[in-house]
Amino acid sequence: MEQTATKNDIFEKLQKQIFSLQGFNAPTQGKHVNFGLGPVEQSFPNHVFPTGAVHELVSSSPVDAAATTGFMAALLGKLMHAGGLSLWISRKRTLYPPALKFFGIDPDRVIFIDVKNEKDLLWMTEEALKCQALSAVIAEIKDMDLTASRRLQLAVEQSRVTALLHRMNPGTMGNTACAARWKITPIASFLADDMPGVGFFRWDVQLLKVRNGESGKWQIQWKAGRFDHLKIMIHKTTDKDLLKTG
Amino acid sequence: MQRRYVSIWFRHLLTDRWVIRNPQQKDIPFVLASPERGRMVIKAASPEAEKLGILTGMVLADARAVLPDLQVFDDKPGLAEKLLSGLAEWCLRYTPVVAADIPGGLILDITGCAHLWGSERAYLKDITSRLRGSGYDVRAAVADTIGAAWGICRYGRITPLIETGTQKQALATLPPAALRLEEPTLERMHKLGFYQIGSFIDLPRSVLRRRFGQPLLNRIDQALGYMQENITPVRPVEPYQERLPCLEPIRTAPGIEIALKALLLPLCTRLGTESRGLRKAVFRGYRMDGGIQMIEIGTNSASCNPEHLFKLFQLQISTLRPDLGFELFILEAPVTENLDAVQKSLWSISGTGGLTEIAELLDRLTGRGGMDIVHRYLPDEHYWPERSIKTATSLAENPQTAWRTDRPRPVSLLPQPELIQVAAPIPDYPPILFRYKGAVHHIKKADGPERIEQEWWIQEGLHRDYYCVEDESGARFWIFRLGHYGANNPQWFIHGFFS
Repeated sequence: MEQTATKNDIFEKLQKQIFSLQGFNAPTQGKHVNFGLGPVEQSFPNHVFPTGAVHELVSSSPVDAAATTGFMAALLGKLMHAGGLSLWISRKRTLYPPALKFFGIDPDRVIFIDVKNEKDLLWMTEEALKCQALSAVIAEIKDMDLTASRRLQLAVEQSRVTALLHRMNPGTMGNTACAARWKITPIASFLADDMPGVGFFRWDVQLLKVRNGESGKWQIQWKAGRFDHLKIMIHKTTDKDLLKTG
Repeated sequence: MQRRYVSIWFRHLLTDRWVIRNPQQKDIPFVLASPERGRMVIKAASPEAEKLGILTGMVLADARAVLPDLQVFDDKPGLAEKLLSGLAEWCLRYTPVVAADIPGGLILDITGCAHLWGSERAYLKDITSRLRGSGYDVRAAVADTIGAAWGICRYGRITPLIETGTQKQALATLPPAALRLEEPTLERMHKLGFYQIGSFIDLPRSVLRRRFGQPLLNRIDQALGYMQENITPVRPVEPYQERLPCLEPIRTAPGIEIALKALLLPLCTRLGTESRGLRKAVFRGYRMDGGIQMIEIGTNSASCNPEHLFKLFQLQISTLRPDLGFELFILEAPVTENLDAVQKSLWSISGTGGLTEIAELLDRLTGRGGMDIVHRYLPDEHYWPERSIKTATSLAENPQTAWRTDRPRPVSLLPQPELIQVAAPIPDYPPILFRYKGAVHHIKKADGPERIEQEWWIQEGLHRDYYCVEDESGARFWIFRLGHYGANNPQWFIHGFFS
């Protein structure tokens, strides 16, 4: 028994070394951001939501895009909790700035860059990710290949800025160097006792891909400024679809 | 410092240019003429034609009588002014203050410039030899006053260099016309036997005023420097400007970069000591052949950081076309602002210099994408959703009012509300289903209505009743009815998506 315990220790140590070599540093005391994502965070390496990394969020319809934007805004709110500025780079922006306040962000602390062509978008995102003074960078990028995503990854490894890439209706979904790939879809809200009205926003959060982590599926509700994990039992996904993407 | 002026006189400006354009016309007498009061009048005669007695202002028919095979070309009105302003731009390489002196001349304020060429003689020689080299027949003179330089340039016979304080002696032997006088005054002087300036310049002023009027006295005072005379520079002098003349023409990008760095450093140091920063900078290159190439940058906040400004310029250096090479570079800062030391404290940004870093990032982005791509929004006191935000003018502008969260607002708003087909059986209730882009959405949950009235002082129209609705799949929409229910079949619109 003792032997296996020490073996596990060694495994864990080695795993941590590999993580740190791959750029997943365990957060230092001061810079830790509490996302309150609960079980979702367990899927990531070190059981911590990786900040200073590139996340991509995929959506396929305006409705999904709105849910994804909401989820991103919620993450951004947590990232900007300590203050600072962030950049929102997009081409055809539909985001309504006052809505950001509902996710805990002062909309005047977000600088919007409305790019005129797709080619500049990647260049500007990379340039923005090199700037350490920003809290986070959100970019609405439609298509991106492996090389482009690697460049972004290299930029954030230097600057430790968190990047959230919203990929609306992507043409191809190839491999990318991103730390995680998310898919957010809205699900019906719930009100007790058939009360009239619309309840808190609820999302079906899927992690399609996690570098050095496990994919999974959860239901999360945005309630009073924080994520609320719904304890509806969903089978640990062993879907064939998810295995394919993972 | 004693002011010094150069006057340049183009003796045959228009015909010289004609010869430059049409070299085969050289050494052939020709004139430029245009119709005036029903006859052709000579506007400019070439030197060869002048030798044969054909003068500017003659009627063409008379000139033809003198010289039957005289060649005549059309004169374009306004050409002389255009030529002079072009030549004045070219002369900016000698001094920042150059003015066109219509007709046929230029005035340069060379105070403090001539020593860069060694001496005034070398300076004047450089100007005249280069203008002559390009085909213009010019004379130039330098003196303490514009009036003296003008007279010596056109009528002087001894030397074009008038030492400080000696303009009276230099003018004494010249005819009265050298004082830029009106034609009637000159005629009267001629009648009275005043053939030289020296013969009347020392007469009592009251006598001169009685006979010739105040204009003569003004002209004398201007020539002698008792009266200030102003010129209108062809390009207004920027208070923040740096110049770099080059010994050899510069043609390569690395060379231009070195020149740019050499100019940025003193400009930024000067701005820094005055605690100012530039918002706009123009970098001009003056080419050997007279062409001017320029690149321009703008910044989002005042900056006097040479490395950052250099990076902004660097993106555009490749657009400069040196051709034969640049011989002068000028860097100007037309728009400057006070640098605010307090700016950094407005936002709690981790680390020092965070805001500067972001401002520099934005400059790089706008340098590539255009000045209009950066937006920042502040709350505006309007209920109408489209009007509830306004764009901030600077990074440091703070919201005057709080952001409202009392009513639900969608995370994604359509730029224009889009028409939807609905089934709404009950008045003042949300519809039970609606059709948007071909898909039918059955509404399961709804909030509302929130009535938003038109702001009558801005725009008239119908009010909107907004509902936040959720369909069977969980998608949440923001829809509204325009106007009252029942009154001639109201229209419904979708305006946004909730997350």
